[in-house]
Amino acid sequence: MAQISMNKQPAASSQWHHILYVLRENPVTMLAFALLGMFLLCAILGPALVPYDPLATNAARALEPPSWEHWFGTDNLGRDVFSRVVVATRLDLSISVAAVALSFVIGAMLGAVAGYWGGWLDAVLNRLLDTIMAFPLFVLAMGVVAALGNTIENIIYATALINIPFYARLVRAEVNIRRDAGFAQAAKLAGNGDLRVLALHIFPNALPPMMVQVSLNLGWAILNAAGLSFIGLGVRPPTPEWGIMVAEGANFIVSGEWWLALFPGLWLMLAVFTFNLLGDGLRDMVDPRKRS
Amino acid sequence: MLAVRDLAVGFQTRKGPVNALRGVSFDLAKGETLGLVGESGSGKSVTSYALMGLLDAGGQIRQGEITYSGMDLRRASEADMRELRGREISMIFQNPRAALNPIRKIGHQLEDVLRRHGRASRQDAKAKAIAALEAVRIADAPARYHAYPFELSGGMCQRVVIALALACDPQLLIADEPTTGLDITTQKAVMDLMGDLIRARGMGAIVITHDLGLAAQYCDRILVMKDGAIVEQGAPEQLFSAPRHAYTRRLVEATPRLGASIRSLLPAEARRPEPQHHVHNRPLLEVRDLYKTYRGKSGPVSAVKGLSFQIKAGQSLGLVGESGCGKSTTSEMIVRLQDPSQGHILFDGQDIAATPAARFARHPLRRDIQMVFQDATGSLNPRDSAAAAIGAPLARIGRMRGAKRAARVAELADLVGLPQNLLSRFPHQLSGGQKARVGIARAIALDPKLLILDEPTAALDVSIQALVLNLLVDLRAKLGMSYLFVSHDLNVVRLLCDEVLVMKSGEIIEQGPSAQVMTAPQHPYTKALLAAAPQPPQRPTAK
Amino acid sequence: MSRRLHMILGRVAQAIPVLFGVVVISFLLTRALPGDPAAYFAGPAADAASIAEIREALGLDKPLFQQFLFYLRDLARGDLGLSLSTGQPVMQDLAMRLPASLELTLVALGLSCLIAIPLGVLAATRPGSWIDHLCRVLVTAGVSMPTFFTGILLIYVFYYLLGLAPAPLGRLDFLYLPPPSVSGFYLIDAALAGDWQAWLGAAKQIVLPAITLALFTLAPIARMTRAAMLSALSADFIRTARAAGLGQGKILYGYALRNALLPVVTTLGMVFSFSLGANVLVEKVFAWPGIGSYAVEALVVSDYAAVQGFVLAMAVLFVLLNLVIDIAYALIDPRIGLS
Repeated sequence: MAQISMNKQPAASSQWHHILYVLRENPVTMLAFALLGMFLLCAILGPALVPYDPLATNAARALEPPSWEHWFGTDNLGRDVFSRVVVATRLDLSISVAAVALSFVIGAMLGAVAGYWGGWLDAVLNRLLDTIMAFPLFVLAMGVVAALGNTIENIIYATALINIPFYARLVRAEVNIRRDAGFAQAAKLAGNGDLRVLALHIFPNALPPMMVQVSLNLGWAILNAAGLSFIGLGVRPPTPEWGIMVAEGANFIVSGEWWLALFPGLWLMLAVFTFNLLGDGLRDMVDPRKRS
Repeated sequence: MLAVRDLAVGFQTRKGPVNALRGVSFDLAKGETLGLVGESGSGKSVTSYALMGLLDAGGQIRQGEITYSGMDLRRASEADMRELRGREISMIFQNPRAALNPIRKIGHQLEDVLRRHGRASRQDAKAKAIAALEAVRIADAPARYHAYPFELSGGMCQRVVIALALACDPQLLIADEPTTGLDITTQKAVMDLMGDLIRARGMGAIVITHDLGLAAQYCDRILVMKDGAIVEQGAPEQLFSAPRHAYTRRLVEATPRLGASIRSLLPAEARRPEPQHHVHNRPLLEVRDLYKTYRGKSGPVSAVKGLSFQIKAGQSLGLVGESGCGKSTTSEMIVRLQDPSQGHILFDGQDIAATPAARFARHPLRRDIQMVFQDATGSLNPRDSAAAAIGAPLARIGRMRGAKRAARVAELADLVGLPQNLLSRFPHQLSGGQKARVGIARAIALDPKLLILDEPTAALDVSIQALVLNLLVDLRAKLGMSYLFVSHDLNVVRLLCDEVLVMKSGEIIEQGPSAQVMTAPQHPYTKALLAAAPQPPQRPTAK
Repeated sequence: MSRRLHMILGRVAQAIPVLFGVVVISFLLTRALPGDPAAYFAGPAADAASIAEIREALGLDKPLFQQFLFYLRDLARGDLGLSLSTGQPVMQDLAMRLPASLELTLVALGLSCLIAIPLGVLAATRPGSWIDHLCRVLVTAGVSMPTFFTGILLIYVFYYLLGLAPAPLGRLDFLYLPPPSVSGFYLIDAALAGDWQAWLGAAKQIVLPAITLALFTLAPIARMTRAAMLSALSADFIRTARAAGLGQGKILYGYALRNALLPVVTTLGMVFSFSLGANVLVEKVFAWPGIGSYAVEALVVSDYAAVQGFVLAMAVLFVLLNLVIDIAYALIDPRIGLS
């Protein structure tokens, strides 16, 4: 059986073998994929999964510690922390996915052009990226949100802006080392112009290392969005969001109500952790040196 | 001095255990130089690592004995082995520049070794390191002591590596492909130096190489390895004149040498008569006053200085020179991947240099000038199957679609001897020889008039090289193509080309019919090149 | 040597357009901030006429380009303007607060290096082992913790529950007098003054925020160390060294680690500028009087001059940092300056 499938689709099947091998070799990566599944489930079905309305207040049951009824306890308005934490998944993930997608597209285009053609284009782009990087990135994001206004779109733009340099640099480097690769030259001999060589031959080969970066950046984008909300620049209460929940919970920690901040914080951490571990696993999967 | 008995080494890999060595036995006497010859994957390097106790993680000696001067090396502790390495047994590696610590002065690297084995104290280490450099005939050793590897040439680096290996007067020297990657004249200098030192010090030595000719020239005895086992051993003359094992015979035959014809490289049973190619008296390509100047860090660098030559329709021209002589730049300009700084390239009378390389992809002559790249692996897009690679020029330039293209790809695969069932495979699933065939099939897909071959066999084992060279001879006769064959290997060029150009520092220093240049070179540089190429002992011609 | 000097001068020249870009962007960004500084200065009781008067006095009625020229002129004189919220010259505010941020960042980075580099080496010498996996999970967990959350957690455990740490309120408990300012770093100044009580007090204050920041920076340093060590250890020259019988320690530290340090130094630079940004949140949680918390406060009230001054200070710091890295690189790697 294995023989037959090998002959039919050798590449696809060897890719699968490799992925399975990485997963088997590395239980941590397996765990990361399982966690990712859970978070996606929460993001898609969130409101349908939770026992309470995340916005419903109940003054009679405010500040209750975790119990069977309220797994993560209740907050100062009697809202169920667990429900709020789970429902917030969709918002936080959407912000980071949208921001990373935006910076991926812009950064990849800038980087590919600079890496392939070089020259003054490259020099200008490099100075531009240096300028962005010269700002403390988080503060730049703060400034953008403060200037443009406190909306979810602006958080996305700000997070995307500070991610662009990483993609542009990475793509520039990956394209640059392949610019004079044998297969790129061969593609030119086959009648492909520069644009086609870049888009169809060089860029797809630069994708695997970028996937790793995407995964790591998704985690970082979540941290940024939550950080912005934490200092009051971003999502506004009462919308459930992890950063705000930690910020609000922080006020109660000194009086011993630890669950308000702990659970959203842990959940947030787990989400970032998942993406970071996933990046490592993806790296193993796409790294040709890891293949036999 | 050294006795290896029934040595077996296995590696633990993802696909289960792999046997790298299967029962290797040999002896080495004091003062003897032993050649270990084989193609890639034959286990020759693994043998040396097993001797040194330097097997990679996952590698393990399964059985057998290694005895060095009465000592059991297999059971020696790592601490004991560390004492032995460098002092009793030393090793030299290929790629000398990478073999030296890039950020440490070479003098200090020598001192590290000297002091490690108690050969020098803090006070006299520097003097002894300089003496070690002088021993390998490095001029101005006190100044070189302060040099970093990146400041030295490849040949000089290899001398330093030899100095490192010999600093503590070891009794046994193992050289693993010591000249791979070096130019042929440098190769000769390094091998001569090593031979002299080995003889002067009465050391035993093992020279590991894929080059049977090289081994024959410098070794007292040769072991031929294949698939982890020794298939034959004997004196060089005997191996060449009367090889007993079929594999040795194939290896001997496939090694290009004086007096051989291209067909004689093949095993006897595969030889067919050599087809004749026809050279017309009409120039196909005319290069006039070609210059290429790069902007370097410290002023302009001239890579090609006023080259003029022509290739007649149907003719094969060899372009020979050592690394950095400008031969690759020249071929890239002709194939229109680079723009010349100055000069004309006339193809069928039309100046193709007038169209910038960036726009040449849509030039009507694009289909007529194609190229086979040096590194077959690197020239194939890892994401494209063999069929896609071969079909790419058909699709873009030939405007062929669907079944028509598939039929042509299949036809090309037959032409280059690539089995049809490999067409759906991706580069990493093909062997080196198969990848070379894919590269050739792609280059000839559109029936080009001129094919530029940039060291197409440099990365291949000799037996595969023999097959590919013969394929090129067949294709030339069948399709009437002209070849520009770029190579550093005179023996190979002589077999394939009608005429030869010898390049040095961006200029042509000698040109003429191959037979004439090879037998009666005029320029001293050509003479040096020819003298440096290792020549296997002549076989009493038993055709 | 002159080759390297040349390179360093070249780097300084490269930094000039970057600094100019930062000035332009920060100028535009601050003008886009909501709120009217003239109204703010005039106070809540002011009428439209007095606001207009103040606007004119501040030059805010001029076209944007002219305002920018004024700004450049003031910059050239070293005048960063007055802060709205503190009423002090921005330059003075920054000079007072910058050492606090730098002290925190440097202590955190030092701590992080002390843990991360040995961890990376350990993991690289045993790739694929359980130690390797454990290191990876630990440092990944570290970088996954939002700094504001880590800080709160540490405060809850060590201050509220265990009572080991002092109240998270700034650089020094009011019980102690700050040491006479020499470097602005309390730990150094207190040691210079011989005031060990103040030193201990300052050390106690800095431990929790430094740990918070260090946890976040462990991962990039440890990962880069591991990757660089792995590639150094698989290099040909290590094989040569082993074949020459050099000892394990010499090979690991003298040969491999020194080569591996090059990419680690680069990473350190990135991490440093990164943690200066991450400082903002840590300073807020620990009420640390650094420039990060200064910037947050300034942003919230649209304090033009303060925000611009802060951004500019950070950019200059960033440029200086890159210079230091280049010099460090040139010291480690003899090849620098040639290619």
